[in-house]
Amino acid sequence: MGSIKLKPKARKGVIGIKALIKHPMETGLRKKKGKIVPANHIVHMVVSHNGNVVVDADIGSSISKNPYFKFNVAGAKGDTIELKYKDNKGKTGSATAKSK
Amino acid sequence: MKRRLFLKSAMAGSAVATAVGAGLLTPSMVFANTADFKAVSDAATASSAGAGKGSFKFKAPKIAENGAVVPMTVDASKMDGVTNISFYVVNNGTPLAASFNLSGAAAGYVSTRIKMGKTSPVDALVTAGGATTKVTQEVKVTIGGCGG
Repeated sequence: MGSIKLKPKARKGVIGIKALIKHPMETGLRKKKGKIVPANHIVHMVVSHNGNVVVDADIGSSISKNPYFKFNVAGAKGDTIELKYKDNKGKTGSATAKSK
Repeated sequence: MKRRLFLKSAMAGSAVATAVGAGLLTPSMVFANTADFKAVSDAATASSAGAGKGSFKFKAPKIAENGAVVPMTVDASKMDGVTNISFYVVNNGTPLAASFNLSGAAAGYVSTRIKMGKTSPVDALVTAGGATTKVTQEVKVTIGGCGG
């Protein structure tokens, strides 16, 4: 479901990871024309750096639509950053990028 | 006569089926996903109550025009051994917005955007070396971001 933009950028020994995931992030509480819009949001996200998990996040429905995250990880140019997510419908998505 | 009876019973049957279908669908869709998360949220509520004042930076707007997108940043890079950063919106239906477990090479820094239903104090919780501390900031919301 949707695409992920992942942009790690190394500077002075720190990689700034910017991630933008396209996702509707429905809470399951919102109504549209009197009917409840079924919940559809990311519940879990894992970011790894050269294969080691650095961020393991439990995400609630109160994160904005098309969520944006930024993390800092110690590392250098050329390191591999991978992001994986799973939503409450069991759908998963992942993206991999090399740090610039 | 027989045909009418048949039609009647068929209609009654289908009505029941749709009712059951709808009844089954809505609650499971709403609650199924939150069971795990609710445990995490409850834990955050407990740790939030007992947390002392933190010495990290928490950046959030004082006034958010649009509650659907409220940017927040926690910068605890100066603290050692940060294991968890959480965003906790006191007046939201599910108060915990997100909980980030950090490990390895990760620095104590998280930035994201959250939804807020109405004006509320927001707690940023940082766990470092087993101790949880928080910084609270009141965010005024002019338009709610959860339905409404």
